[in-house]
Amino acid sequence: MSKISMVQALNRAIDEAMAEDEGVILLGEDVAAKQGGGVFKVSAGLTEKYGEDRIRATPISEQAIMGACVGAALTGFRPIAEIMLMNFVTVCMDQIVNHAAKLRFMSGGQTNVPLVVRTTTGVGVGFGGQHSDMLEAWFAHVPGLKIVTPSNAADAQGLMRAAIACNDPVIFIENILCYGLQSEDPGPNHIVPLGKAAVAREGSDCTIITYGRTVLDALEVAGQLAEEGISVEVIDLRTIAPYDEATVLASVRKTGRAVVLHEAVKAYGTGAEIAARINEALFGQLKAPVQRLGGAFSAVPMANALEQAWIPTKDGIKSAVRSTMEWKL
Amino acid sequence: MNRETLLDIYTRTMRCARSDETLRSLIISGKLATLYYTYRGQELVTAAMMAAVNTDDYLVTTYRGQHDQIAKGVPFDLLYAEIAGRATGTCKGKGGSMHITHPATGVMVTTGVVGSGLPIANGLALSSKNRKDGKVTICCFGDGATNIGAFHEALNMAQLYMLPVIFFCQNNRYGEHTAFADHTKVDSIVTRAAAYGMKGIHVDGNDAEAMYAAAAEAVEHARSGKGPVLLEAMCYRMMGHFFGADFSYMPADHVAEMTAEDPLPKLRQLMLDHQFTEAELAEIVAKIDADLEAATEFAFNSPFPGAEELRIDVFEEEIAA
Repeated sequence: MSKISMVQALNRAIDEAMAEDEGVILLGEDVAAKQGGGVFKVSAGLTEKYGEDRIRATPISEQAIMGACVGAALTGFRPIAEIMLMNFVTVCMDQIVNHAAKLRFMSGGQTNVPLVVRTTTGVGVGFGGQHSDMLEAWFAHVPGLKIVTPSNAADAQGLMRAAIACNDPVIFIENILCYGLQSEDPGPNHIVPLGKAAVAREGSDCTIITYGRTVLDALEVAGQLAEEGISVEVIDLRTIAPYDEATVLASVRKTGRAVVLHEAVKAYGTGAEIAARINEALFGQLKAPVQRLGGAFSAVPMANALEQAWIPTKDGIKSAVRSTMEWKL
Repeated sequence: MNRETLLDIYTRTMRCARSDETLRSLIISGKLATLYYTYRGQELVTAAMMAAVNTDDYLVTTYRGQHDQIAKGVPFDLLYAEIAGRATGTCKGKGGSMHITHPATGVMVTTGVVGSGLPIANGLALSSKNRKDGKVTICCFGDGATNIGAFHEALNMAQLYMLPVIFFCQNNRYGEHTAFADHTKVDSIVTRAAAYGMKGIHVDGNDAEAMYAAAAEAVEHARSGKGPVLLEAMCYRMMGHFFGADFSYMPADHVAEMTAEDPLPKLRQLMLDHQFTEAELAEIVAKIDADLEAATEFAFNSPFPGAEELRIDVFEEEIAA
């Protein structure tokens, strides 16, 4: 079977959606052909097919990008706003939080904002404190937003199609370290529904709940722990919000143990919400307290030695799983 | 200006003026408890602008935008029910006065965040440009909104893309409690148009004929594909930031000077000069007052929204109870 990279998969999903619907447009810094099709080349080749009216390179103006996409969405367009790096969403939070997320509700359902905010980030490439943050918890706290992050190329393609088709705003988080990842090519018109987690590996002793790049770490650790006789189930949430509680609870009900893992800062992260919800639903059935793993409580550092100390390590994930196994009630 | 247009402007102006009186009296009498941003003094500028556009042209406005919505055509009954927080309001009581939305009359967004409407207006105009639907977008804001970054980003992008949008600055001389000269060093907002290579128009907003001519010129420019316009209409906010708020910071002599420029008596005189009779004007106002009375009754007799509404319109799909 042929392979496809995450960049190619995202490009294909956007290409397919643009071919299908004239209302799909892309706005972002450097995204058009003249600028090389985006810093990460996700929109390469699209200007040639769809023209500069639909692939619009913008000034460095995040508020204007997001506002324009919100406004176009209100008339039935399905804009994609590319915010080059996730930290830059802080510049246009007003448009996302006060407008995109709330206009459907505040208008009593008269208007809606079918918008996709594409953005990328990631710890591990030495980009430092203002180019690496995972800020999904900020958005998950806002009613009206959906948050998606793929861990592999096939899901990236399928989730992007679903995000563009969604009639509400979707924050679509890509990870720089995953752009080159190859998956089996899912073929054209592949759609992965929003709000559905995937069981990335089946197991019976402990469930790791994660999303995005750390799914890869979890799968590797699960393989290694299997050699020690520990059977780990890995759940890839794919959509962080709305949260697929049914899939998570079914797994943890089976294993009785859970580790929540993410790259974002651990404190006040989505892991806290997930752990709390597992406890609310399964208190008394758990064989150990839910463990949480996330980034350290500091800015993401530049030096590789510090960066590796900042993110959850595979050894750390193993220790967390073992601690749930060894817990004495 | 022909009599038909003048009559249209007068009717829109008086709908704004009588509604402002009505809402203030409902608040004073204790019948309505709500935060209300009166636009007393700004009725004519928006009436003339809305007389120059079509019902399906888009409008983006702000919390001090009830006059813009009324002049654009939002029906009083739906507006009043929304302000009173009723299920029959434009937004089912979920938006309120600061978030009136009524796509049927082109009112796409009313924002409570100063300056946020400008980037959104660009998006509405961008969709019109791509669709070639011939619509223009009117984006209303005050002088206070011109010092937030979104203003600069939006004007630059609008000109870059040659969008059919009119940035309609109703310069009412105050940004909240701060006078124009205390927040901006240039003499007028319109001088900033040059910084974006944009067409700028500056007009005395209390002069109906000049205001309408400026609005029509801006609309023609935007609609014919010549790009956006920054239109600055000079007017005056004759009361405080919100109704009931202390406005002793507004110098009494300046208030008196600006009151002499009140657009309402000036417009009335213009109507008489154009051979409209006192009786005809009284009849127009009586009809508006009857509509407002009916709208008030409709609002107060309407049910409140139910708690299930908290689960509806968050997303397209209802949130499970």
